[in-house]
Parts: sequence; structure tokens; C-alpha cells
Amino acid sequence: MFADYTMTELTSIFAMQGFAGLILFSVFVLMALGLAIIFGQMGVINMAHGEFMILGAYVTYLTSTLFAEYLPSIYDSYFFIAMIFAFIVTAALGALVEWAIIRHLYKRPLDTLLATWGLSLILQQLYRTVFGAREVGVTLPDWLMGSYALNENIEIPINGLFVMGLTIVITVGVALMMQKSRLGKQTRAVVQNRPMAAAVGINTEKVDRMTFALGCGIAGIAGSAFTMIGSTGPTSGQLYIVDTFLVVVFGGASSLIGTVASAFTISQAQSTMEFFLSGSTAKVLTLLTVVGILMLRPQGLFSLKIRR
Amino acid sequence: MHSKSQPFSGTRRRRFLQNLLAVPAAIMLANASLTAHADSANTTGLAVTDKTVTVGILHSVTGTMAISETGSVQAEKLAIEQINAMGGVLGRKIEYIQEDGASDWPTFAEKSKKLLIKDKTAAVFGCWTSASRKAVLPIFEQYNGMLYYPTFYEGLEQSPNVIYTGQEATQQILAGIDWVVKEKGAKSFFLLGSDYIWPRTSNKIARKHIEKLGLKVSGEEYYPLGHTQFNSVINKIKLKKPDVIFASVVGGSNVAFYKQLKAAGIDMTKEKPLVLTISVTEDEILGIGGENIEGAYASMKYFQSLTNDNNKNFVKAFKERWGKDIVIGDVTQAAYLGPWLWKAAVEKAGSFDIDKVRAASPGIELKTAPEGYVRVHENHHLWSKTRIGNAQADGQYKIVYETKDLIEPDPFPAGYK
Amino acid sequence: MTKIKDFIGRYQLSHLLILAALLLVVMPLAMDIFRLNLVGKYLTYAFVALGLVLCWGYGGILSLGQGVFFGLGGYCMAMFLKLEASSPEHTAIQSTPGIPDFMDWNQLTALPWFWEPFHSFGFTLLAVVIVPALFAFIIGVAMFKRRVSGVYFAIITQAIAAILTILIIGQQGYTGGVNGITDLRTLHGWDIRTDSAKYILYFINAFLLIGCLFAARYIIKSKLGRLLVAMREREDRVRFSGYDVSSFKIFIYCIAAVFSAIGGAMFTLQVGFMSPSFVGIVPSIEMVIFCAVGGRLSILGAVYGTLLVNWAKTSFSESFPELWLFAMGALFIGVVMAFPNGLAGLYQSYVEPRLQRFKKTAEPLAPESETEVLTPEEIKPKQHAKDTESAAGEYSHAGN
Repeated sequence: MFADYTMTELTSIFAMQGFAGLILFSVFVLMALGLAIIFGQMGVINMAHGEFMILGAYVTYLTSTLFAEYLPSIYDSYFFIAMIFAFIVTAALGALVEWAIIRHLYKRPLDTLLATWGLSLILQQLYRTVFGAREVGVTLPDWLMGSYALNENIEIPINGLFVMGLTIVITVGVALMMQKSRLGKQTRAVVQNRPMAAAVGINTEKVDRMTFALGCGIAGIAGSAFTMIGSTGPTSGQLYIVDTFLVVVFGGASSLIGTVASAFTISQAQSTMEFFLSGSTAKVLTLLTVVGILMLRPQGLFSLKIRR
Repeated sequence: MHSKSQPFSGTRRRRFLQNLLAVPAAIMLANASLTAHADSANTTGLAVTDKTVTVGILHSVTGTMAISETGSVQAEKLAIEQINAMGGVLGRKIEYIQEDGASDWPTFAEKSKKLLIKDKTAAVFGCWTSASRKAVLPIFEQYNGMLYYPTFYEGLEQSPNVIYTGQEATQQILAGIDWVVKEKGAKSFFLLGSDYIWPRTSNKIARKHIEKLGLKVSGEEYYPLGHTQFNSVINKIKLKKPDVIFASVVGGSNVAFYKQLKAAGIDMTKEKPLVLTISVTEDEILGIGGENIEGAYASMKYFQSLTNDNNKNFVKAFKERWGKDIVIGDVTQAAYLGPWLWKAAVEKAGSFDIDKVRAASPGIELKTAPEGYVRVHENHHLWSKTRIGNAQADGQYKIVYETKDLIEPDPFPAGYK
Repeated sequence: MTKIKDFIGRYQLSHLLILAALLLVVMPLAMDIFRLNLVGKYLTYAFVALGLVLCWGYGGILSLGQGVFFGLGGYCMAMFLKLEASSPEHTAIQSTPGIPDFMDWNQLTALPWFWEPFHSFGFTLLAVVIVPALFAFIIGVAMFKRRVSGVYFAIITQAIAAILTILIIGQQGYTGGVNGITDLRTLHGWDIRTDSAKYILYFINAFLLIGCLFAARYIIKSKLGRLLVAMREREDRVRFSGYDVSSFKIFIYCIAAVFSAIGGAMFTLQVGFMSPSFVGIVPSIEMVIFCAVGGRLSILGAVYGTLLVNWAKTSFSESFPELWLFAMGALFIGVVMAFPNGLAGLYQSYVEPRLQRFKKTAEPLAPESETEVLTPEEIKPKQHAKDTESAAGEYSHAGN
């Protein structure tokens, strides 16, 4: 298939394909990070993760309309504010959900799956009632559109760069927070030994709520960012759910590094196969490989070696 | 009837529990007796009285397809209201029963059975995807119902119980390809679609036609429904440098594809490559955003920007009824034709009887159609013109071409199988 | 939740017989054929829910991919019926008469090899049972031998459902694609679309379901049933007692798969088509909720739960389609939070004591019921999480 092309063309295509893989990687990390926190640290399976992302997207949509209406002068920077709003709104909803539902179910992780699935149905219908069944178009500021031409053949999508940058910032931020901050340390303490954590005076209920809210908030930011590359409709969240869970499980649920590594592996595999095979086949092969590896290594790529 | 038997409501709980075993039976009994209301005091066996006639509307208002089907429901309701305002059909007001297919094909089958057997509707306006039509088709044929199906679709079907008010694939595709070849000098095509029957069949027809013209298909790709990452295929397109991207991507994937295409530096207004789509109506542009698809061409039979008087009235009425910001796409207009075509056929037949309506249908013409003029073919599809629209930043299409004559529907194209 | 006794051994025959009478006598008498056909369709889901009671309620294995087996069973049956509907006379207008219409649309000129055996009804019946069982066996061996359990198993089965859906839709020349296999007409010349056929199919369906209920009851009451519960609670202790835990899990998973497949085949017969929309994730999870509403530990609850949820779905979506999702969502959350043992749990804690007080003739408890087995929510975890790893699934991982 490459006989007809010059070396330069091939090089640039491969460079761009590598970049496409990196964008996919960033997208995977971004959508999986919130889930990894909730699932990995708390053992809760949040099936409504996609709906939290779409909430972030809708908040972005609202913010953009708001800015277009009242603050057209600083419209170009609305996206950052939208992401902050998205974080606040989804984190608040997350805290509410944790308080109302999740905290009663910590001892039954499989049941959180069913309850959050119910939550996702309710949220979908809520979006449909409030925003209508049709998709909404989120207008992006001009500077986020288009591409940066490196040379004649290589063009880098700016929104791809933006997603990558955002992913790095958030991943590093979360990692730092987990390692250094008070909340992060408390979270890890609670995960490792709840009674002991409680005994030394950590308010475990509060830690649970904050962790869940944080995970949802990150989902909100991801949803906000995905308005650049995907659709915003009542059922758009479902498009992400299988991929997201596979990334988290494949990475080994308890480890953020694992999530990142697994997102990298899956995204590279998928984008390479997509290039050489046709789309549907690539997807099936990727999923099959992941499931196959999971069967050989059920605890995922990165997991603590524990005698069980 | 529903709240009464809700199991967990306060004081009824105890009683409910004591009768646990009997409750399902009671439920079913109540259900059975309450729904057997259809009036059949007439010769047709349909729900027709001296004052009213009942029809069905069967679309998804929940689930993934609600995004697309909402417009069709609105159009059908508008048409029914307008017909009623003009005095109805054969002196009877149209009443409708709306059912939700919930984007789930078995549900479509169940609901269509209900509309035909229980409600005895005189006609059903509905379905959107091919899969939902295929699911209800045997039911309409078995119970002799009449379905008005609005979507442009792949063809390969002709049922005595369906009137297809959208275009079949050849009507839509051949004119589009001929136009880009003739006007834009296109030599090579990249075919891209979602992975299901309509894009696959459409691309098959397109490929055959392209190869017959002696031109080149430089690639053909399918992605699963709901796929959101198109960077790899965009790179492939860049590598192959086709003159035309022929796109039949649908649903949420559409939004992702056009946003990523634009982000990857393919400016569609430069037409290098040119994008020719058969799946993006004004409805879809709402989600994609006009600025993201500006410059793409679409090949369809209807665009909201048509300037004839019929369409001006239609757009005005539609906006008055459903809000000024609403847009109207090809399928919405085709759905609007359904009740009018049925009315014309009933009046020609002088009866609501399904067999008589069917016999009267071929040759029915609609001079008031927003798309201009349509006529029902012997094969139950419509004669219609095909137009090429150029997507504008405001989310509308500018019509750049219109076939001179009506195109004959050909659901079983000889050379394209 | 108050303390609830486990239901082992509490399936008095009388309850089963009442259900049988309800399905075989009351419903056919009370309903017209349209409603009865609907009930028949719902009952096919009850097969899946019943399988879930066994593998989830008793075995602690939550599969989010039971739709896969429902679909496999349904597709096997649909392939047979489609071949019969595609006789050369019926398909004379095709370019290749004698093959299913969708193959002709996809330029296939000969029947694919794996369709050939489905000309035989005997083979089809076997395939309905064996294909899903084999598939479940492969998944089971791969997963349970490696001690995948709990949440991981749920998510992997979900991925399998996604893979199979994409495969079926993508290979439309061989499978009918997203449309599924439609327009099925006759079974050995017997028109399955007529009202009389629907009555007969309803009864076959009901008999099969009752048969499966008896089989499930037998399994639960047997030593295997006790072992399953023991494994669910403390897998390591069972293992240390010398049992091969994974084999039991594989076995019960296969049984659940076979039940689902029978349901799928009956669905195809009664509804007249099969589509990939059953294989996916959404229907699979919905079927879990049928089981949860009925009571995850009650085989009869599975049937009542399925009927109740579907009846609610049908009537709600007829009157208020927009409200349906709210109601369904609330049902999910409500059942999980307030009634983890579903209808059966309510019956157990409220109705049965009263029945016994009022009725002197109340049937004596089966001896097994003396032994109380804890239900999941009663287990007090020794600690919320022993280590970072088991945080991902306390009770599912507790035994690993």
C-alpha cells in the first residue's frame, strides 16, 4: 500500500499517525482518570461516569451561550471558565450522589453498579427533558479550531494539543494531590485500612465523599474537553463507557500509573490497527486483545503483588 | 390504571403482598380489559367512527435514535394538525396514538403490533432506521397495515404495506456523484461510513457507479456505530489524497468525524478534498456546528433553504408550531409528506380500507409538497428531484444544483446488486 | 434491612405449582392472544433472570453479558427458520435464490459453511443448547481458573457483549447485521405467525420455563447449591476444604447460559425475528434488574420480577414514554438500596409470617431452612479494605 508514496510523505504520515495515537491516548486517560479514582480507590463502579462527562459538556454549552450573550468581549477564554464550572457542577452532583446513594452501598460493590446504572438512565432522561432530544452544538473559540502546519505535510490539530496538555496537567495534578495533599494522604489511608484511619481521627465519610466528588469532577472536565472532538447529546455518554472501563480494568484498578500505561497500550494498539486494517475490525481486535490479556492477567497490567 | 397497582405505595403494600401470587394475574386482567377499547363498528375493521379516524405515530422519543426521530414526530403531528384544520379526511378528524420505539427494534415490533391489533389504526407514520423498519415489516404485512416510512434508505425492498416517502439510495447517490464528477472534475473517491446496512449498501452503489464512470475508489472504511475517534482514518485520507470523501457516517460519530476533520486541517471550503455527504441534514448540523462542516456538500432531495412557496409556508408553519430556532432536515420533510400522501390516497379511494388505499396510492401526486412536487411510483417510492447543497456556517445549506427532472425510484437497481 | 433468611429449601412445591397454574391456566384464560404473546415474550427474559439467580444470587458471579447467550440461542433458532423461509421458491427474485435475503444483498452467492447444518431441525435444537454452553465454558475456564471474579468478571463479560455486537453488526453478510434476522415464517411448514401457533408456542414456552424452574430448584437444593452459597461467602474456605471451586463456577455459569439460550430460542419463535440489540450491554444489564427486582435469591422471584418490570415498561411507555426512564432508573436504585432481596424478600419478611399466623395449615418448613445463611448485605466485612487491591471488590474478592 505504500509503494506509491515518497519517503517524505510516508514519514510525515507516520508522524501524524503517531500524533493521532497520542491524542487517542490523552482522550483515554482523560476519560478513565475520574473512573480510576472512584473505582480504584473506593471500589465503586460508577456506570453513570459517561453521564457525568456529558453533564460537563452541557455545562460547557451553557457557559458558551452565556458568554456569547453577555460577555462577548472575552468569549475567547470562556473555555477555561467552562471547565472550572464543569468541574464544580459535576463534583457537586457527585457529592450529592455519594451522600444519597453510594455511601449506603460500600459493602456491596456489585450493587453500586446497578444503582449507578439506574442513575445514568435518570440523568439521560433529565438531559433530554431539559436540553431536548437533539444534540447541541458547542461553539468553540477560534483559537481552538484548525491546525498548526508544521510543514507541508504535517498538520497538528490544535484541539488535540489542547487535550494532550490538559491531560498532562490533570494527571500530574491528581498524582501530586494523591501523594502530597492532605486529602490525598487521607484517601490512601482510608483505602488501605479504614478502621485504623478512622481511629487516628480521619473523617472517613468525608474522605469518601470528597474522593467521589473529585472523580466526578474530573469526568466533568473530560466531558468539557470532549466537546471539541465529540458530540453532546443525552445519550452521548454511553459511547465512552465500555472503553473507559476497559482502560481502568486493564490498567489494574488500584493504580494511576496502571491507568496511564493501559490507556497508552490500548490507544497505540487501536490507532495502529485502525491505520492498517479497517475501522470495525480494528476495534474488535483491540477489544479481543484486551480481553485476552485480561484473562491471562486478571488483575491488569499494574497491580500490587499480593499473596491471595 | 398504572398507579393503582404500583406495588410499594403506602397502605396498599400489605394487601399487595398478601396477594403477591395473584397480582400478576390481576395486572394482566386489568390490562387486557382496559386496552380492548378499539371501536370496530364499521366495515373496514379499523378505528374509524363518523367523526374521527385514528392513526399511529411510531418513533423513538427515548434512546439513541431520539436525536434523529424527534423531527419526524414533529413533522407528522404538524401535518395531522393542518389536515384537521382543513376539515380532516373524508370529513373525519384525525386522532393519533403515539408510541415510543425506544431505539430498540423489538420494541418497535411490539408497538407496531399494538397499533395494528389493539388500536386498529388506519395508517402508521413511523420508523427511522432500516432495522426498525425490517422489524415491523412482517407485522404490517401479516396484519395488513399501512406504514409511511420517512427516511432515505438503502432500497432493496418494496412492500405492499409500506409507502417510502424518503429517497432510496440510487436516487440520492447517483445524482450526487454525477454532479461532483461533472462540475468538480472529481477523479477519485474515498468511501467512509458507519458500519451497518445503509452505508454499506450506499457505498456499494456508489462504488459501482464510480467504477462504471471509469474513476477510482481509493479507499472504503467502516467504523462501528457510535465511534468517536477518526484521526487514523483522516490520516489515511491524507495519504490517499482522494478528490472526494463520500461520507455516510451517522449519529454521534458524525459530530466527532467533522470536528476532527476540521481540526486536522482539512478545510472543506477549499474542496481539497471535497466532502460529499448523504447523511448530514440540517438536524445533524445542529450537533456538529455549522462552522465545523462549512463547505461540505450534501446530496438530498430537500433542504430547508428551498425557496418555493410551498416550502416557505411549511417552514413558517413548522417554526410557529415548534419554535423559531428549530431546523428542518430532509427526513423531517419526508415525514411531513406521509399524512398528506395518505390523505390524498384515502380521498382518491373514497375509503379508509387498507386495500383500497393501497390500490389508490400509485400515481398520487402532491403539488403542495415542500420539496416541490412528488408522485407515488408503482413501487411505492416517490418520484423526486435530488439537490446538492453546500453547507454554510449558519447551519443551512445553499442549494447549488437541482436535477432537471424527477428521478425515478429504483429500489432494485439492476447493475448495482 | 432486617434480617432475612436465606431461601434455600424454602421453595415449597406449592409456590411453584401456583406459578405453574398462573402461567398455564389463569393467563391464557384472562388474556387475548396479543397480550398473551407479550407475556410469552417477557417470559423468555425470565429464563435469563432465572440463570442470573443461579449464577449471581447463589454463585456470586455477576455477568453483564447474559444477552450474549440469549442472542446465541436466538440466532441459532433464527438461522434455522430463516433457511426455511428462504426456500428457492420464496426467494426467486434474488440473484441467488435459496439463500437468505440479506446474503443476497451482500453479494454472497452461496450459503456460508456454518449455515449449512442449520437446515436440520435436530441440529438446531442441539446447537441452541450446546453453542452457548460451549461459549460459556470457554469464558468460564479462561476466567474462573484464573480466579477472575466480582467486578472484573462483570466488566469483562460486558466487553465480550460489546465485541460480539460489533462482530455481528460488522459481518452483515453472514449475520444480517444490525437489522438482525427478520421475517421468519414457518417451522417445518407450520406457520408460527398465526394465533393458534402463538398459543401453542406460549404453552411450550411456559412448560420449558417451569421445567427450568424445577431444574434450578433441584440444583439449589442439591449439595452443589450449598457449595455455591458457601463459595459466595468464603471462597477460600471452600477451596481449602478440598473443593475445586472453579469447576463449580464454570458449571453454574454454563447452566445459566443454557437457560438464557433457551429463552433466546423461544423469543425468536414467538416474536419472529432476532436482532443484535439483544446481545449488547443495555439489555444484559436490564435483565440483571429483572432478577434483582424479583429477588436475586429467588427462582420464582425471577419470573415475577421479569413480568412486573416488563408490564410496567409496556404500560408506562404507552402512556408516558418520557417518564419511563425516570421510573426505570428509580426502580434500579430503589431495589438495590431498599429491597436488596426484591419481591421475594418482601414476601419473606412480611407475607409469610402472616400467612403462617392465619393459616394453621401452613406448610411445615423444610428442614434445611433451619440453617441460616447470611445474605450478602449482612456480611460484616472484617475491614473495609484489606489492601489496595481488594478495595476493588470487597465481598467478591474476599475469598481470593
